[in-house]
Amino acid sequence: MSRDPAWLGRVFWILAAAALLWPALVVTEFRPWVFFDPENLRVTATFIRDFFPPALEPEFLWLVLGEAWRTIAIATAGMTLALTLAVPITLMVTRALSISSLSGEMGRIPYAVRQGLRWLLILLRSIPELIWALIFVRVVGLGPAAGVLAIALTYAGMLGKVYSEILESGSTASATGLLRNGGSRMQAFLFALLPQNASELTSYTVYRWECAIRSSAVLGFVGAGGLGQQMDTSMRMFNGGEVATMLIVFVALVGIADLLSAWLRRVMR
Amino acid sequence: MHVTLTAASGCHLAAKPGVRPAVRQVSLHIEKGEQVAVIGPSGAGKTTLLLLAAAALKPSEGQVLLADQDPWTVSSTALLAMRRQLFYAPQVPPLPPRQRVVTALNAGRLPSMTLWGSLRELMFPDDIEPALEALRAFDLEEKLWERVDRLSGGERQRVGLARALMSPARLWLIDEPLSALDPRRAEQAIHTLTHTAKQRAVTLVTSLHQVSVARSAFPRIVGLRHGELAFDLPSDQVTDALLSDLYANEEPVDTVPIELPTAPKIVHCR
Repeated sequence: MSRDPAWLGRVFWILAAAALLWPALVVTEFRPWVFFDPENLRVTATFIRDFFPPALEPEFLWLVLGEAWRTIAIATAGMTLALTLAVPITLMVTRALSISSLSGEMGRIPYAVRQGLRWLLILLRSIPELIWALIFVRVVGLGPAAGVLAIALTYAGMLGKVYSEILESGSTASATGLLRNGGSRMQAFLFALLPQNASELTSYTVYRWECAIRSSAVLGFVGAGGLGQQMDTSMRMFNGGEVATMLIVFVALVGIADLLSAWLRRVMR
Repeated sequence: MHVTLTAASGCHLAAKPGVRPAVRQVSLHIEKGEQVAVIGPSGAGKTTLLLLAAAALKPSEGQVLLADQDPWTVSSTALLAMRRQLFYAPQVPPLPPRQRVVTALNAGRLPSMTLWGSLRELMFPDDIEPALEALRAFDLEEKLWERVDRLSGGERQRVGLARALMSPARLWLIDEPLSALDPRRAEQAIHTLTHTAKQRAVTLVTSLHQVSVARSAFPRIVGLRHGELAFDLPSDQVTDALLSDLYANEEPVDTVPIELPTAPKIVHCR
């Protein structure tokens, strides 16, 4: 047996992936060479020229900083609400804390409960936050509250799914040990799963917080406050300089979140 | 807590159906407070036997009774109460790498703590005396505040054994407690386990590769071969002939008997 027994499967899946990718490219009208058409290049150049120079008047910068602060607040409040929803659901969904699976097969009722909660998470995260925000703007009016609620619901779905998968994919030997000896599920979580997976959970949470900042910019376009709403206003007035300033502030925010995540990972190693 | 197995068979958790069970038709009765060593070649089913007795593996045939109750027919509350009474320590100590030894040891007490108690214990471990005593018995006092991943393999195994001393269990099922320990530490560990088990009238069942330790430290020895019970005798009736039949075509870890004194002399060479 001199040949790797897995080679046939691997070649097949690579060809299958390529075969599936081709129609996808056709359907999405993937024609990158269109960018380099001279007419389109000129339009692009004019568009980009509008962004320079970025608006740097002190009172505008002050306004932008205020809106940036509001954006961070929306993202943080949304994430906090999402966590209060996601953490209990994670504990109920994750198979690493299943007592009935200790002996092999998960019981039928625990399985049904877990599947039901999994579908709840799917429902929460499949509706785009833009739709949620549009709904909430009608309910609670224009302003940050709608954005916070929209982020909370969507991100609860995402956090719940990924947290439960992180808990299952790490080593579960310590949790199984505690459950076998009669510990409760919360105890197994606090004393075994949490210390085992703290660093992955933290870095994913900080990444999602960064995504929440980006989301709150998009939600601003439907009136949910923050930098996004300001960007919408500036774009309607064709003020490219103001938009450029806000984009730079945005990049800075995401950069700060990235530094925070790297620092936390280092500290928690 | 007494344990009874009646013609019990158990398959590996991940075994495919139709595969020969790892333990077949084993009948065993262990009284309260007894100390039993389970020996046998690798793959004989020692771990599966301990898992069956720990209510961690459902028997594919036969019956397992813990304190005259069948863990697989009672309600889940009763099963939880039964599990609280036992302590199963697998071969590789299940300690989260980034956890500190003090928390890992306090986790052994969890079955007797409420949720609020455990939360407080996690944030502010103030009651460290029991943990210190357990570590002292294994000569690891100075490692109380260390992280588990900073310990050597032998130290980690001893912390896993020290957890047994912390638990409120009446039945200890310990899988290969001496696999990573040198002979001196192995003597100390076995002495601590058997001595504490006797003091607390805890039933102790251990699987061992070190035959000489089994003969000198345990009053009763159970031999397993290919998943079946080869013998179940008081240790003074276990002859060399029986042992060589048990390990026929396999090498036991040690065949030279080690003199086990009644109290180990602990010499600090630091």
